[in-house]
Amino acid sequence: MSKLVEHLEEVTVRFAGDSGDGMQLIGTQFSDTSGFAGNEVNTFPDYPSEIRAPEGTLYGVSAFQVHFGTKNIRTSGDFVDLLVAMNAASLKVNLAHVREQGIIIVNKDGFDARNLKLASYSSNPLEDGSLANYHVFPIDMAVELKKAFIEVEIPSKLVQKTRNIFALGITYWLFNRPLEPTVSWINKKFKGKEDVILANVHSLQAGWNYAEKNPDFRKQYIIDKSNLLPGKYRSITGNQAVALGLVVAATKAHLPLFLGSYPITPATDILHALSGYKQYGVKHLQAEDEIAAIASAIGAAFGGSLAATTTSGPGLSLKTEAMGLAIMTELPLIIIDVQRAGPSTGLPTKTEQSDLMQAMYGRHGEAPMPVLAAASSADCFSMTLEAARIALKYMTPVILLTDGYIGQASEPWRIPDTDKLPDIAPTFATDPSNFKPYLRNPETLGRMWAIPGMQGMEHRIGGLEKEDGTGAVSTDPLNHQKMVELRQKKVDDIAKDIPDLEVIGDAEGDLLLLTWGSTYGAAKIAVEHLHAQGHNVSFAHLRYLNPFPKNLAEVLHKFDRVVIPELNLGQLKNLIQAKYLKRVIGINKVQGKPFKSVELEEKISVLLTMKNLKKWHAHASELDIPNDL
Amino acid sequence: MKTIIDEILDKPHGGESHYTAKDFKPEVDVRWCAGCGAISVLSPAQRLMPELGIPKEKIVFISGIGCSGRFPYYMDTYGFHGIHGRALPIASGLKIARPDLSVWVVTGDGDNMSIGGNHFIHACRRNVDMNVLMFNNEVYSLTKGQYSPTSHRGQITKSSPLGVLDDPFNPVALALGASATFVARGHDKDRQQLQELLLKAHQHQGFSFVEIYTNCRIFNDGAFDLYTNADTRDNHTIFLEHGKPLVFGKTKNKGIILDGYTPRVVNLDQGEHSIDDLLIHNEKDSTLAFILANMTYNEDLPRPMGVLQNLERSSYDDRVVKQIQDEVEAKGIGNLESLLLGSSYWEI
Repeated sequence: MSKLVEHLEEVTVRFAGDSGDGMQLIGTQFSDTSGFAGNEVNTFPDYPSEIRAPEGTLYGVSAFQVHFGTKNIRTSGDFVDLLVAMNAASLKVNLAHVREQGIIIVNKDGFDARNLKLASYSSNPLEDGSLANYHVFPIDMAVELKKAFIEVEIPSKLVQKTRNIFALGITYWLFNRPLEPTVSWINKKFKGKEDVILANVHSLQAGWNYAEKNPDFRKQYIIDKSNLLPGKYRSITGNQAVALGLVVAATKAHLPLFLGSYPITPATDILHALSGYKQYGVKHLQAEDEIAAIASAIGAAFGGSLAATTTSGPGLSLKTEAMGLAIMTELPLIIIDVQRAGPSTGLPTKTEQSDLMQAMYGRHGEAPMPVLAAASSADCFSMTLEAARIALKYMTPVILLTDGYIGQASEPWRIPDTDKLPDIAPTFATDPSNFKPYLRNPETLGRMWAIPGMQGMEHRIGGLEKEDGTGAVSTDPLNHQKMVELRQKKVDDIAKDIPDLEVIGDAEGDLLLLTWGSTYGAAKIAVEHLHAQGHNVSFAHLRYLNPFPKNLAEVLHKFDRVVIPELNLGQLKNLIQAKYLKRVIGINKVQGKPFKSVELEEKISVLLTMKNLKKWHAHASELDIPNDL
Repeated sequence: MKTIIDEILDKPHGGESHYTAKDFKPEVDVRWCAGCGAISVLSPAQRLMPELGIPKEKIVFISGIGCSGRFPYYMDTYGFHGIHGRALPIASGLKIARPDLSVWVVTGDGDNMSIGGNHFIHACRRNVDMNVLMFNNEVYSLTKGQYSPTSHRGQITKSSPLGVLDDPFNPVALALGASATFVARGHDKDRQQLQELLLKAHQHQGFSFVEIYTNCRIFNDGAFDLYTNADTRDNHTIFLEHGKPLVFGKTKNKGIILDGYTPRVVNLDQGEHSIDDLLIHNEKDSTLAFILANMTYNEDLPRPMGVLQNLERSSYDDRVVKQIQDEVEAKGIGNLESLLLGSSYWEI
């Protein structure tokens, strides 16, 4: 029987199962294969904070979402077109994500009485008609695998462990994907364990064959190749990109790399990656706490390393006093905050953008620090290099904000030619006869760096206020005023050394959508959709938050309305309003989840239909758009 | 993988390197109170430095907060005055990044036992090669006279006007319990002895902890008189020497024997015990070190001074270097291009 073929521009697939079912693994394989096949891809893992929750429970469900297509794939997808659910609990938890008429592939043997009870189903959803609005493919994977392995001598226990791979094989058939990338991955991953390799490869092929031969599977979906720049690509998460960015930055600066870190979700993957880079000379200390982590990095910076510390919100709070020390001693340091939902322990595995104020102002005293924010997973690489450049050029600690979403989400990354990346040159003191620890480069106001081992430049620095130039401890009132202003000016003047804010769409007009951090992707898509519908919306994205780009004031005042969507209650909004006296309309979401582009599209559409600005003002006591609009 | 640091390391020290103590005195006024015990540590430290044979640009003093925190300003070496309690992690980061340096930490009983207590126990077990001088004056002085984690029960201070209710840490026992390899105690009234202890701390590869009794004339004057004054110290302290019997007393007429695990004082001039009966100090024996450390607050026993323990164990910073070397040997120096390509990439 011949199968039908349909071409699609984009698709979102979600793999869901028990924590131990290997959903993250097949999600990653599916994503890599989609990239390999020439598509744009964006993924997001969604897993519980419990490590191995009891099998079959609702809170033990782990999912991995892959959004792929021909163009404009910038989020992990608003609605799921295909859900793979390995048991009843995973169907229950994830059904709300699936669009009407979407496809659901379920593993039938995960819907026995026990599983249904654990998932709090009073009747079997596969039989009670509750899934009538979806195309459901119930497959008894245990039975199908048994059949497929009749002629292969593999212990059945091992065979049954490959159900996830079998499901992956079915999805590969649905999207007509090549099996080779996953086969070669299996061979590499299980090298030396021949029966495991055979079980997995055979299971993958069996999944494909099952769909190919099954008359219920009538249609294959083809997603055309994307028009990407030629080059080598790999899939990368924000956390991986930060780790690579640090190694490349150190190489470009000809400095050794030191990481002081303490495990914290969702930043720990950076520590994992860097701790494995011993071949590259990376030194790391898994410190006893967050404070020791940053303090050790400050010590390494004093000794001439490119030093970094990685953390998430609660850890950033603990590091604040030490950040002040790095500001006072004017040492280069990179602090990476992979933001998560707070306050306190909050929602440790869920994303948020609520550390902006802390990054900007969360220190005692006047303690200005450059703050950067990455826009996407791949952008984490570029912004880490940028953080290093600013830290070393201006002799200052720098905060780079990413978040749980882009930290863990992956997208294809065009691998740069590192030879073509510019060198990052710190300015070292060279002349002992004329040496003073706080002599500055008049251009950057960065002090000259002298590190232990440099003869004739022995000096003492620390947290006490310094006299400019000599670095001698000083309590002189006028010197303190001078130094506070100098440290502020040093950071403010970095505005001259960063790109202007770019506006997409008209340079002036009614409405500007302004974003920062990981909201970039959803906002960009929303704007493209609105443009396609003929709406006039301009869009700009901030990667530099302190200092802001020098043309920001000019850009803001060219628009009647400025809208800022943020995963917080309006932190950038407040900064902009305070600094530029420009009223801002906030779109604020704090649900531990990123924006869907459709959410932004809808809310901006409402704003666009409110032509009468005065009327809007009169009706809204607060300018922000309510969440339940 | 060659870095700017390697260039600095490769550069030989030029000119004179036969220093005198004067070379380590910067042109600043020492601002500690007259008679402060810290001053009595400064001069042995300055006198010791020329003897180490290390170019002074390779020496770093790091401190936290408290009266002790000023120490780096008074040493003409590289120096870093950190924040309260964090001298040890700052020093650890520096030494791990720069194993070529001689790293010294100067801290106090508040800085190191209280706010920095967590760092202290982890620094002890980690065994980063550095020398920690803890000035113990049993009081918070820079904040003007509150009780510290080494103040004794009943001590009257500004924050304990009716007497301290907690029991103190015994710093040397804490260090031993946290697996420190080198543990010693000295005091501010015997500079020669102190200089020798600092030299031994320096010679020890790994984490060296020296508790130093320093008198605070303003807020806790005389706290250690019994153990440090010339007329009483011989009868109330015992100076430990590796391989030698535990003898003390003005006329060397007393000694320590071990009764089970309990140390006991015996008289050597009454015919009942001779020097041959006495406990012999062995700084390589960590069980003994615990017994000796726990003599500290026992009023029937002399207070142990000198080196309690001196074990050989590879330092953390050496292990870091070795791990990198082993990996490079096994896999070669990392290639940036292959790092970026990762385990799976595709070409378009």
